[in-house]
Amino acid sequence: MNDMTPTREAREARLEGMGCKRKRVEDVRFTQGRGTYVDDIKLPAMLYGDMVRSSYAHARIRKIDTSKAEKVPGVVAVITAETLKTVNLAWMPTLAGDVQMVLADGKVLFQNQEIAFVVATSLQAAADGVELVEADYEELPVIVDPFKAMAADAPVLREDLAGKTEGAHGKRDHHNHIFKWQVGDKSLTDEAFNRAEVKIDELLSYHRTHPSPLETCQCLASFDKIKGELTLWGTFQAPHVIRTVVSLISKLPEHKIHVIAPDVGGGFGNKVGAYAGYVCAVVASIVTGRPVKWVEDRMENLSTTSFARDYHMRTEIAATRDGKVTGLRVHILADHGAFDACADPSKWPAGFSNIITGSYDFPVAHLCVDGVYTNKAPGGVAYRCSFRVTEAAYAIERGMDILAQKLGMDPAELRLKNFIRREQFPYQSALGWEYDSGDYATALNKAMAAVDYAGLRAEQKTRREAFKRGETRSIMGIGVCFFTEIVGAGPSKNCDILGLAMFDSCEIRIHPTGSAIARVGTKSTGQGHETTWAQIIASEIGIAASDIMVEEGNTDTAPYGLGTYGSRSTPVAGAAIAMAARKIRAKAQMIAAWLLEVHEDDLTFDIDRFQVKGVPERFKTMTDIAWVAYHAPPPGMEPGLEAVSYYDPPNMTYPFGAYICVMDIDVDTGVAKTRRFYALDDCGTRINPMIIEGQVHGGLTEAFAISMGQEIRYDDMGNVMGASFMDFFLPTAVETPHWETGHTVTPSPHHPIGAKGVGESPNVGGVPAFSNAVNDAFSFLGSTHIQMPHDAWRLWKAAEKLGVTG
Amino acid sequence: MAKINVTMTVNGEEVSGLAEPRTLLVHFIRETLNLTGTHIGCETSHCGACTIDLDGVSVKSCTRFAVQAEGAQIRTIEGMAEANGTLHQLQESFRQMHGLQCGYCTPGMILRAWRLLQENPHPSEDDIRQGIAGNLCRCTGYQNIVKAIQHAAATLNGETIAEAAQ
Ligand code: FES
Ligand code: FES
Repeated sequence: MNDMTPTREAREARLEGMGCKRKRVEDVRFTQGRGTYVDDIKLPAMLYGDMVRSSYAHARIRKIDTSKAEKVPGVVAVITAETLKTVNLAWMPTLAGDVQMVLADGKVLFQNQEIAFVVATSLQAAADGVELVEADYEELPVIVDPFKAMAADAPVLREDLAGKTEGAHGKRDHHNHIFKWQVGDKSLTDEAFNRAEVKIDELLSYHRTHPSPLETCQCLASFDKIKGELTLWGTFQAPHVIRTVVSLISKLPEHKIHVIAPDVGGGFGNKVGAYAGYVCAVVASIVTGRPVKWVEDRMENLSTTSFARDYHMRTEIAATRDGKVTGLRVHILADHGAFDACADPSKWPAGFSNIITGSYDFPVAHLCVDGVYTNKAPGGVAYRCSFRVTEAAYAIERGMDILAQKLGMDPAELRLKNFIRREQFPYQSALGWEYDSGDYATALNKAMAAVDYAGLRAEQKTRREAFKRGETRSIMGIGVCFFTEIVGAGPSKNCDILGLAMFDSCEIRIHPTGSAIARVGTKSTGQGHETTWAQIIASEIGIAASDIMVEEGNTDTAPYGLGTYGSRSTPVAGAAIAMAARKIRAKAQMIAAWLLEVHEDDLTFDIDRFQVKGVPERFKTMTDIAWVAYHAPPPGMEPGLEAVSYYDPPNMTYPFGAYICVMDIDVDTGVAKTRRFYALDDCGTRINPMIIEGQVHGGLTEAFAISMGQEIRYDDMGNVMGASFMDFFLPTAVETPHWETGHTVTPSPHHPIGAKGVGESPNVGGVPAFSNAVNDAFSFLGSTHIQMPHDAWRLWKAAEKLGVTG
Repeated sequence: MAKINVTMTVNGEEVSGLAEPRTLLVHFIRETLNLTGTHIGCETSHCGACTIDLDGVSVKSCTRFAVQAEGAQIRTIEGMAEANGTLHQLQESFRQMHGLQCGYCTPGMILRAWRLLQENPHPSEDDIRQGIAGNLCRCTGYQNIVKAIQHAAATLNGETIAEAAQ
């Protein structure tokens, strides 16, 4: 190609760099069914593992009889806690500083808890074996309601913690208490409430749900006895962390563990943690000397691996009569289930829930979180949100609407009045965060204009009058939400997982002919990293994205990274990628200067080349430079053109957005129909608008599901209700609303490319927008707050309670 | 359990293998025929990840036993592209319109969309939404899947349609 010919625009377009709606490279294999997901991998002599699970939520196990199962043709081994004890693995540490049974040791603490692991030559034989393992239970009293967990006479759930008054996060007040976490100035906040002209006080519950990616959790463990090496393929959002955890708990040296996350069929937080099935597959492979695959079925997925939410937030806001907020006081009761298996950074037992002051300028605030044990599945993962951020956003955004209602003010107007103003950034929040940037009023005004907010309110007024006159049975709600997220965990000064600082990493190698490979410490589970990471590099160093291969998920080749969750990939790894690319560009500049016989400072970088300032016809392209780097580098310079960067972010990033939902609810059936949903997101610099829009659509759909019906429910006996797709609400194309999207761009000042992350914003902002729409619809009938999920049954009940059903 | 020999035509080729009477068709396709493009998301006939085309209708292959497919004509995702590697328009359109993210639902979606377009070459948005209601996607929110199917239909009908994303 003659580089003199193309125009700047053509050269720019050829790169498909940042800002380009580049089509995804992943899709070529995925659309042909040629992805490689864990369950697609088969090894010679491979065995299949299947789990025996508890029927009871709380019971002592008197005996487990595996003898019949062991006689089933094809069954090779049955592993129980007794087997695991021989290798010291009956229990494992959780990411939250607790311990968790791998297989039931003496008792079970939640329904479907893992009891034994059957390993067989076929899926069918393993299932036959599972049927024949017999456990003898002695039932114990069950706690499913977190509000009853701390009663003086509540049954003791965790006998293993008897006498331990200190947990991983300080003092435990009760045998079912996990931690108390407090932040903010309590006395100043109490004072603000004492002086307050107006107050609201509401219990806002965010029910238990589940991330439920379409591919369940699964792994394939293969232990090579001769080499003493373990290869573990798995559905891992954080493969390096898994390798370190496996090394720590199995005592295998870390360099002899090869963890590989191949294509992953969605994660949403479900695939961050380490689960019993993984440990059992590894042990089974070591014991049998054969590869062992474990694939969770859907019921197991929904009822055991990592629930989300279950936060019960008593939310109080103090304000002046004219609508200026003066204080926020929140107490959260956090139900963590039987073991504290939250996947939060170690020092944050309640995640970043102290983002709960939201987008508003609260002079004072206080937050207290109590974590408790119940007879429910362990976890507390961040389901498509940064750690506990969706819970916090729900509390503050519902709270602001409730306050607006009490003040008789428009909820949008109340928000505009209390926003942190553009000139206040960087902004220190009352609960300790430094918000990096924002322009909230512009975003909300833009969203309001997009939907003709004033027109909608006028229509609502007319509709309400018509309803009162009995002319319609349908009520209209307008849900406003303005969220601020906190993502990109995180700075090593306050973020680690098991002591590992939460940096991320990238290694880029430019090949002699000018193409490249980049390896990154994150792991795409559908976000399209193979496409977007190449776009960053393309813009930074001027090699076409199509000439850059991106590889993630193989811990032998990728630099150590903390993985993909909490929208951290772009804020942290995205920065590492840009920094690695800049190291390459710096070296390339030296080579170009030498080739062009000018001083480095006399060169400028222009799209895909270094050119002599003022003499654009004298230039060297990256392709020219790459060849020289390997062929005849300048005297004294090391050959090659590659770089590694480990990026420790100086701060989190704070994406924000304004969402407006318009809904019509039939009071006689409780059926809610979303008429319109507009989502404006500001995620800073936009790397690929097509992918951003896709992320927003997906996140909004999950938010729609969560707020309108998706729930993991338990009966009083601790039976998990609806752990199948029959009952667990996953919207189809028919129910899913049409999404309208918009954006503003406020780049992060501390991020090398100004990007903030977007994948989780729509879930964080979507849930309050839906719930506010529902509650706004009912507000004129005298309702203050209706708990989620807002399925037709519950909305009909709400209408009935208000006396408006037919 | 005794195994039975099953023969069927998959993507134009006659294949046979042994299956226990209880072996699900999806397991037979994935484990015995090694066609792993057909995925499993639930095994309870809810998600549609296992959708294939069987004797002219879309079938969730976890809903059938392998032995029930004796003599059947089956098409899986591996049979969508032409032998020379040219992608089917639906595959192309899913990529063009960003109709997939993790890709796990995609083979089932494409097979379902293919049958839908066979039956209704000019579907409305509502026809498409109703038509793919048996296939769950956790990533995309369906909007771009719908667009992808519209794009494929339009292209196959010789029309043009606007691109995905603002
Ligand atoms: S796996 Fe067949 S419908 Fe889900
Ligand atoms: S693309 Fe992930 S489930 Fe559809």
